[in-house]
Amino acid sequence: MLNFMENVPEIPLAEGTNWLIDRITETFSFIFEPIQNQFGDFMDNTADQLASIPPVIVILIIAILAFFASGKKFGLVAFSIIGLLLIYNQGLWEQLMFTLTLVLIASILSVIIGVPVGILMSKSRIAEAIITPILDFMQTMPAFVYLIPAVAFFSIGMVPGVFASLVFATPPTVRFTNLGIRQVSTELIEASEAFGSTGSQKLWKVEIPMAKSTIMAGINQTVMLSLSMVVIASMIGAPGLGRDVLSALQRAEAGTGFVAGIGIVILAIIIDRFTQSLNKSKA
Amino acid sequence: MPVIKVEDLSKVFGRNPERALKLLDEHKSKEEILEQTGNTVGVNRASFEVEEGEVFVIMGLSGSGKSTLVRLLNRLIEPTEGNVYIDDDNLATMNKEALRKIRREKMSMVFQRFALFPHRTVLSNAEFGLEIQGVDKAERKEKAEKSLELVGLGGYMNQAPGQLSGGMQQRVGLARALTNDPQVLLMDEAFSALDPLIRKEMQDELLDLQETMKKTIIFITHDLDEALRIGDRIALMKDGSIVQIGTPEDILVNPANDYVEKFVEDVDRSKVLTAENIMKRPETIDVEKHGPRVALERMREEGLSSIYVTDRKRNLKGYVTADDASTARQEDTRDINAILNTDVPTVSKETPLNEIFNQIYDSPVPIAVVEDEKLLGVIVRGAVIGALAGDSEVTTNDA
Repeated sequence: MLNFMENVPEIPLAEGTNWLIDRITETFSFIFEPIQNQFGDFMDNTADQLASIPPVIVILIIAILAFFASGKKFGLVAFSIIGLLLIYNQGLWEQLMFTLTLVLIASILSVIIGVPVGILMSKSRIAEAIITPILDFMQTMPAFVYLIPAVAFFSIGMVPGVFASLVFATPPTVRFTNLGIRQVSTELIEASEAFGSTGSQKLWKVEIPMAKSTIMAGINQTVMLSLSMVVIASMIGAPGLGRDVLSALQRAEAGTGFVAGIGIVILAIIIDRFTQSLNKSKA
Repeated sequence: MPVIKVEDLSKVFGRNPERALKLLDEHKSKEEILEQTGNTVGVNRASFEVEEGEVFVIMGLSGSGKSTLVRLLNRLIEPTEGNVYIDDDNLATMNKEALRKIRREKMSMVFQRFALFPHRTVLSNAEFGLEIQGVDKAERKEKAEKSLELVGLGGYMNQAPGQLSGGMQQRVGLARALTNDPQVLLMDEAFSALDPLIRKEMQDELLDLQETMKKTIIFITHDLDEALRIGDRIALMKDGSIVQIGTPEDILVNPANDYVEKFVEDVDRSKVLTAENIMKRPETIDVEKHGPRVALERMREEGLSSIYVTDRKRNLKGYVTADDASTARQEDTRDINAILNTDVPTVSKETPLNEIFNQIYDSPVPIAVVEDEKLLGVIVRGAVIGALAGDSEVTTNDA
């Protein structure tokens, strides 16, 4: 038995993967390059634009939004103002804007991709059987591993950061969308069918509205996960708060690292409360 | 002409329905088929017709296939075999497009647990059917409002359904179904989730509405009292098969088999049986021919303490008691009119048993059943009690 196992030559899985990544990079470079250039420019511009708005105005807008999002209570407002002022005070404002851009764009793309895939999964048992293991793979494969092809495809900067974030953060939206739609009670489905709904009427008038709070919970998770990717993305050159954390790590400066980390936490809490209240107010 | 005609409609759940159908032909039971093929027989060759304006109740215990059967009628569940005709169109074989048209225009459904859309207001729930047909906003609002008014929910249009009580929610369910103005209303245990008082109220309301709407209603229930109350005809189901179809009275008085008999054993017969079912041929004397002497003789023969008096055409005149007759004989009175009691307790032949019950309790003499003044029969106390106890001898006597 042992002999038998010894005699089997090593399967060249690593080499095969390398070969595949190379082929993909070469073959699709006509897609990757324009994405990297145009999309990269677009993101840089967005971040610059955001950073060029006077911080006071940004803080004010966020405070007002927080006031309405939290149902006219002052807790979140106070937290947002104090938190953002602290970040500004620590000289991390520009980094914050880059991180915000990265997180927002990655989250929006995740939702744009994730919700339809989730709907597909909920409608077809075959699709569910195929997609579920892919989602497992995306979520459990260590994030550093897919930084490598990300760089191969998109070079360094914000774009591969978004790519890595998409891989890591999309699964919750897909899963929760699927779950939410499958959980709509059979009687409601029957009711919509008994009145002669078409498939898309059923989806838009019954299933999505009924599944909305579950889908929103998934989106909230997606946003949080993509925020947790900012440090990792900074390893491949994505600018923002993550980069400060990374450089603090490399220089063993606990203080600087802590301050940048606090910045991420503050942003995370604000975004989390925003997305959650979006869910509550409409559910 | 029937609105709905169901022919040999079957549903087998599982992987190998053909084999199960073959076994059904061999009269194998549901359990045997499950054991041999792993398939569950939902509905086994149901056939019936429902007439325009009829309330047709399908009733059975849980697991009898009644909910499956009603879903086969609008194809929420695909039939394995058989036909469902609605106005000559075969619903079982038509394409999706045509099916949708039927569901939109001819059939609506009311659900057991209401199945209201919680994210919509009461009004917008009621509009749902028309909304998916693409009817314009003003028109569908007007129609939805009208049907909500009809079920007495005019003041609740903008509430969320979750804020309403169960009975009110089901009114919304009913209004939603009525907004489409369907020909056929499918009601799947529509009142079963309501508490008994509200249920009764809803049954009455449905019957009131039905007076004016004259819809064809197919009503599913597991509650025999409910079936008897609202059904024009009742189909009884067991193990996926229809075991008997008949009017409420048919089913009570002539149960087709032991199963039906057992089922009806518990029913409150007082609401269903009428005077006609329990009355007896009356002993009478003729007011023109007979005097107190004959009356007394006749009573003695029959062991009665009173006797009814009619004229030659059997028109009811009154009754005489044995005491009065014997006094009259002693005084040598010849005219029966002298001792005639005209204060006669009467009922018609449609009077239900529970009303007779109160009346007979206070009455010194048997109750007369009359129609157009004519004496049809009499009801004695024993017959009422016998019928309530389900004594088949009493009931089948006069059926």
